[in-house]
Parts: sequence; C-alpha cells; structure tokens
Amino acid sequence: MLKVENLVVKYGMIEAIKGISFEVNDGEIVTLIGANGAGKTTTMHAISGLIKPVSGSIYLDGTDLTKVQPHKIVSMGLAQVPEGRRVFAQETVEENLTLGAFFRKDKDKIKADMDYVYDLFPRLKERSSQLAGTLSGGEQQMLAMGRALMADPKIMLLDEPSMGLSPLLVSEIFSIIEEINKKGTTVLLVEQNAKRALAIANHAYVLETGTITLQGTGQELSRDARVQKAYLGG
Amino acid sequence: MAFLSYLINGLSLGSVYAIIALGYTMVYGIAKMLNFAHGDIMMVGAYVAFFALNSFGLPVIPSVLLSMLVTTCLGVVIERLAYKPLRQATSLSVLITAIGVSYFLQNGAQLLWSSSTKVFPSIISSGAIKLFGGQLQISYLTLVTIAVCIAVMVCLTLFINKTKTGMAMRACSEDKGAATLMGINVNRIISITFAIGSGIAAVAAVLLCATYPTLSPTLGSMPGIKAFTAAVFGGIGSIPGAFLGGLMLGVIEILSKAYISTQLSDAIVFTVLIVVLLIKPTGLLGRKLNEKV
Repeated sequence: MLKVENLVVKYGMIEAIKGISFEVNDGEIVTLIGANGAGKTTTMHAISGLIKPVSGSIYLDGTDLTKVQPHKIVSMGLAQVPEGRRVFAQETVEENLTLGAFFRKDKDKIKADMDYVYDLFPRLKERSSQLAGTLSGGEQQMLAMGRALMADPKIMLLDEPSMGLSPLLVSEIFSIIEEINKKGTTVLLVEQNAKRALAIANHAYVLETGTITLQGTGQELSRDARVQKAYLGG
Repeated sequence: MAFLSYLINGLSLGSVYAIIALGYTMVYGIAKMLNFAHGDIMMVGAYVAFFALNSFGLPVIPSVLLSMLVTTCLGVVIERLAYKPLRQATSLSVLITAIGVSYFLQNGAQLLWSSSTKVFPSIISSGAIKLFGGQLQISYLTLVTIAVCIAVMVCLTLFINKTKTGMAMRACSEDKGAATLMGINVNRIISITFAIGSGIAAVAAVLLCATYPTLSPTLGSMPGIKAFTAAVFGGIGSIPGAFLGGLMLGVIEILSKAYISTQLSDAIVFTVLIVVLLIKPTGLLGRKLNEKV
C-alpha cells in the first residue's frame, strides 16, 4: 500500500533522512521506532507532503506522492494524526471533525463516519460543542484521531500518539489503534514508546539518525538484544 | 449637541478606517504578514473609481464594483508575484517586500496619473437629516458611510463563520500544516484572503474620497497607517477587533481635533495606542496565544 524508497530529506544543509526505504502492506500495523531526533516526524511530514524531500519516492498504491500537491494527499486515502495533536484550538470538537472531512462531498457517509467517531470516543460526543483548546491532552489526542478518521482513510499515520499521556490513557489509545486497524485501516505508527508499539506491530523499523538500522516483525524486534538495550530499558 | 455631532463624524471616519483595517487584519490573521501595500491598493481603487465616474461617466454603483474588481485582481496578483515566493522566508523579508510594493504602487500611480491632485466628484447628495429641531445635522454621506461599514462587517463575519471557505480560513489562521493535512489548499485560501481584503479596500477608497475629495498617489499611506494602527489597537488578526479599533480611532481623532488640538490629533491617537498596548499587549479583542503541549 505505502512504499518509501531511498527517501532523503534535508533541513538546509543538514540531512535529516539519509535515504531510507520501508514498506507498509495492506491491513498491517507498521511501526517506526527511534529516539528523539532520529527523523521519525520528518519522515511522516515527507509522506504527507508537509516537507518536500530532496530525492526518493513515496508510493501510495502506485502513485508517487512526492509529485502530488500536499493538500490532495488526504483525498487519496492517507490521513495523518500529527505529533502534538495539532487540533484547531479555537474551533469546537464538532468543527474539528467536520474539518477532517473537508475535501469530501458524500454528506450521508460523512454523517455516518461522525457517528462512528462518536461511538469510538464517547467523550468527544459529550464535548462536541466545546472548544478543542479546552480539552485535556488525552481528549485532544482522541479528537486528532477522530479528525483523521473523518477523512475515511485507507491508511492512517500516527505520530507519537502516546506523548504526554498517563499510562491508563496510553492503553486506551493503543487499543483504539488496534480497533481502527481491525476495521480495515492500515496503520503507520511512529512511537518513542517502543514497547507498546512493538506489541501491536506486524512489522517494525528502527530509525537512528536518519537511517534504518534494524527491521523485522514486532515480536522479533522486541526480543532483539540491541533493541532491548536501546529502547526497551532492558 | 456639538459633542454628538463630533461623535458621529468620528464614527464615520472610523468606519473608513475599520474597512481598511479589516483587510489588514484578515491578511495578517491568515498569511501572518503585514501587507503595508494595503493602503496603496486602496489608492489604486480610488483612482479607478475616479476614472470610472469622471472619464467613463459610469453611475456610482458600477464604478464601485469596477474599482473593487480591479483592486481584487491587484491584491491577488501582488500576493502571487511578490509574497508567495517568500512563503518560507523570514517575516522581516516579507515586511520589507511589502514596503517595496507600497512604493512601487505609489510611484506607478505617479507615473500613470501624475502627482498633481485630482478632485473626486461628489457621489452622494449633500443633504442631511436634521434632528432636535435642526440642532444636530447628520449628512447622508455620514449615514451611508456608517451603514456600508456595518454591512461589510456583517457580510464578512457571516462569510467566515458560515461558509466552508470561511471554515478553511479559520483553520489556516490557526495552523497551516494541520490545515494542509485536512486537504485545504492553503495557497488558494491565502489568495482568497487577499482578494477579499483588497476588494473591500476599494469600498473604503470611495467612502474616503467622498468625504475628503482630493486624489493623489500618496492618498493611501496615512489612512493605511491609521488603519494598521486600528487593527493593532483592536487586536491584530481579530475581525471584530479591527471594526472596534477603527471606530474608536476615528472617534478619538475627531474628538481630539475638536477639543484639544488639530495639530496634535495624530499624536494623541498614537499615544492612546501605546497606552492600550502597554495595558493589553494583544490589543482590545486580541486573544492570547495559549498553546497546550
């Protein structure tokens, strides 16, 4: 479904991503783990078109996204839950969800998806007319996920969904990611919480200073001595 | 009674400032840049209306519409050619470019239409309604100016709050990256913002010239600066703020001219601005940026 080939991204003179390649197959949960500054968010931004790569390709079902205008990418079925949630603080919960379906014209299906999001996150329904900026961190994370679901994506990118949340909320968020995946949405997950991410991932990649240094199934990597030492506190 | 009459004149002048300030504040709110050429776009609008009325003999409404069409296109073209290439540049570069565009328009106007002043024809009948047995006179021009300002404000508020494009504008003003992730074409929204801001500048131009009928290539600079002040006064980026700021600035200016000193009126206006910003740095209706991490 998603295939990244020899991706290189630079900030000025600094090469943040040094030619990485990876693949996400239909229906999978794939995770990209790595320390702060490894280039995880940069990779996510490149896929969604927020930053233009220097070279390399990003194929979504065969179409090279690096040649697509950034705002058209979401309508091709790729939605992102960005790092730090980035909900529209001055808009209500409902308006944020409506913005998630901005490019869509199928009104009936939008309504159905909104009901689905409210089912998935009952707390958002209770707060539908509240400004997003007044929500707690966990609720904002749910809103950011709900907003991405409103695009009815084939593949959802999640960038550090567990950041700054209590362990209880982290468990909730991760079980919802699994639920979304079971409903048929492919997931690309970027996490610093490697333990959790590896536990739900079909396939995983380790990113270190802009290079993929290890890859394997989630189970393989969670047993790998290097991963345990560097990321799992083993 | 004199006070009431000054107050109404102040509201009328303030209405013109408010309409110009709306353009300033919208562009700032969405593109996060100060378009210092905004007053000069208004000046071009004034000349277009002048030629439409005087040379082509068009009626008032078609002249205003033609002027709006020209300034709308001008605003979009300026944005495309001068500001869009600087989207990733520092705000200082954009600011300097905007000042450059301002000089370009002023000098261009001098070249095309000469620096000698022209007299704007009277477009609204000079009558007045008399209240309190003739003690208070309000000219039709004053009434029209205030009414047009309120109409512009209401239309703009409805547009931004009730339409899909308006919603996209709100999203862009908060977070352009997140707006892009929603499938919003940020460049298109910025173009639309410039189009609207520049289009309503033509309305302000006609109202301004109806009150002060002297046309010159620099006619936009002082009202431009006043309107910018009004926008900051009200809280830059806030549409009700620009409206309130404009009206208050007009009233303060006219009242200080009437009761304190004609020469010092501008100084008083700017002193009030400084005091307001000292007490409330975000302006009267500006909101504090509260970011939750």
